[in-house]
Amino acid sequence: MSRTIYDLIGLGAGVMFILALKGLSHPRTARRGNILGAIGATVATIAVFFYASEGNELPLNNLGWILGAIAFGVLVGVPAARKVQMTAMPQLVALFNGVGGGAAALVAIVEYLKLGNTASTGVVIATVFTVLVGCVSFSGSIVTFLKLQELMTTRPVVFPGGRFVIAATLIGTLASAVWVVMELGTTPLLVLAALSLLFGVLFVLPVGGADVPIVISLLNAFTGLTVAAGGYVLDATLLIIAGTLVGASGTILTRLMAEAMGRSLFGTLFGAFTAKPQEAGTASETRPVKSGTPDDVAILLNYARRVVIVPGFGLAVAQAQHTVRELADLLTAKGIDVAYGIHPVAGRMPGHMNVLLAEANVPYEQLSEMEEVNPTFPQTDVALIIGANDVVNPAAKTTPGCPIYGMPILDVAQAGNVIFLKRSMRPGFAGIENELLFDSKTTLLFGDAKASLTKVVGALKAL
Amino acid sequence: MDLVAIITIFVLAVFVGFEVVSKVSSTLHTPLMSGANAIHGVILVGAIIVADHSETNLELGLSVAAIVLATINMVGGFVVTDRMLEMFKGKSGNRASQGSGDKK
Repeated sequence: MSRTIYDLIGLGAGVMFILALKGLSHPRTARRGNILGAIGATVATIAVFFYASEGNELPLNNLGWILGAIAFGVLVGVPAARKVQMTAMPQLVALFNGVGGGAAALVAIVEYLKLGNTASTGVVIATVFTVLVGCVSFSGSIVTFLKLQELMTTRPVVFPGGRFVIAATLIGTLASAVWVVMELGTTPLLVLAALSLLFGVLFVLPVGGADVPIVISLLNAFTGLTVAAGGYVLDATLLIIAGTLVGASGTILTRLMAEAMGRSLFGTLFGAFTAKPQEAGTASETRPVKSGTPDDVAILLNYARRVVIVPGFGLAVAQAQHTVRELADLLTAKGIDVAYGIHPVAGRMPGHMNVLLAEANVPYEQLSEMEEVNPTFPQTDVALIIGANDVVNPAAKTTPGCPIYGMPILDVAQAGNVIFLKRSMRPGFAGIENELLFDSKTTLLFGDAKASLTKVVGALKAL
Repeated sequence: MDLVAIITIFVLAVFVGFEVVSKVSSTLHTPLMSGANAIHGVILVGAIIVADHSETNLELGLSVAAIVLATINMVGGFVVTDRMLEMFKGKSGNRASQGSGDKK
């Protein structure tokens, strides 16, 4: 196949990627968009097998190795993607993103080893960029994976002098980048890769659990840019187009996510440099709260006419989506009007809660968006809040200057009764006390969301 | 390729990337991110090109590793995005016909 035909096929694939992103932005066309993207990627991959770059002959060298490696990747990737629990999906996406960044870095390293001293300065700079950002994306994504999988603490990891260590690593990384450009050797490149990997880890460690989705999205955009730079190194237009598209849309998406969650993008990104070691234990709250038993909760629910369930992060962690549906079905069978009030950022990522509840076969008509459900709270007898806190915290309306001030919230305080299922009195991720917990119409039921719900369902059946 | 041509492609692609996702409901943030993530798996094409060029065992070994990682990124990414979006299928109202018999 000639270079012209090969490039035209690449252009076609690029157009499909644009249509894929466009499709993914609207609920009706999302699935088709994703399939278009998959077709584009497949076509681009097949085309490369039929295109011999100058001086080479078909079939490709090392064809057996190439096909074997692809088969192996499919055997690892597809079962992982198909079997993963929907609650664990964000960390799988993080992992996929990380290996993509790693792949881009490896591609640039191999090309650099080959080119040696013949590489032009432009290519060397692009190589350095690819290796640096690809390695940061790889190791950073691994840390986000470990955090989300709870293989390590989800709290920000900050150690004394940490920001100086991080700043020093960053300076070292940039210095070795300059070294590679000046000296053109294998050793500087390996030093660069090692320091970049270290920086990726240090960059993500101080990020708290709530900000992890934003970081994943950002690293996703980073990987896109490394792929674009890799495309420049390899003189492959398609990679430049695809990588830039992902880099640009990923950046916008990161900003949208940060806005929807009421987080400052700047604060998240530079948290590594500004984070201070945390005070040993914040002043513990000693005001009395009304804590109830599963039977109390069951009785409140049983005599309600309308119940709004507000699911949050805690529900996702406890994997309680099936139990909550059982509870809702039970209430509906008793003639009680049940709705789910979904905050735009409920769960671990924006839109994650909709996916989880859809997986548990919650009828779509019962899922109400925040704007729909908020005006109905005055007519609601019970608001049942399961593992959510910040998204119902009135401080977002009443306390200017608090970190979540201005974030839209679910107006549960308007409901007749408020029930919180919580693991502890610990504040939400934003770390702000929730006044609503101390309100006289609030009942708290402590414990794991799934265990609590199971008990409430049992109590309700016994009534 | 001409550097100016590359910069042109880059700048135009940045604008297209900004434009296509500027108005997206928060419900779709996660699938959109996952789909974009799968698209950058097309680095697989680059990995195949360097594997083709590889002469030493070191180069081949690194290329093969890159192919494996890129394939996982691309194939896994599209499959997991499709699974997420499958959950939204009920929006058109035929939830009941889907039932609990999720495909295994």
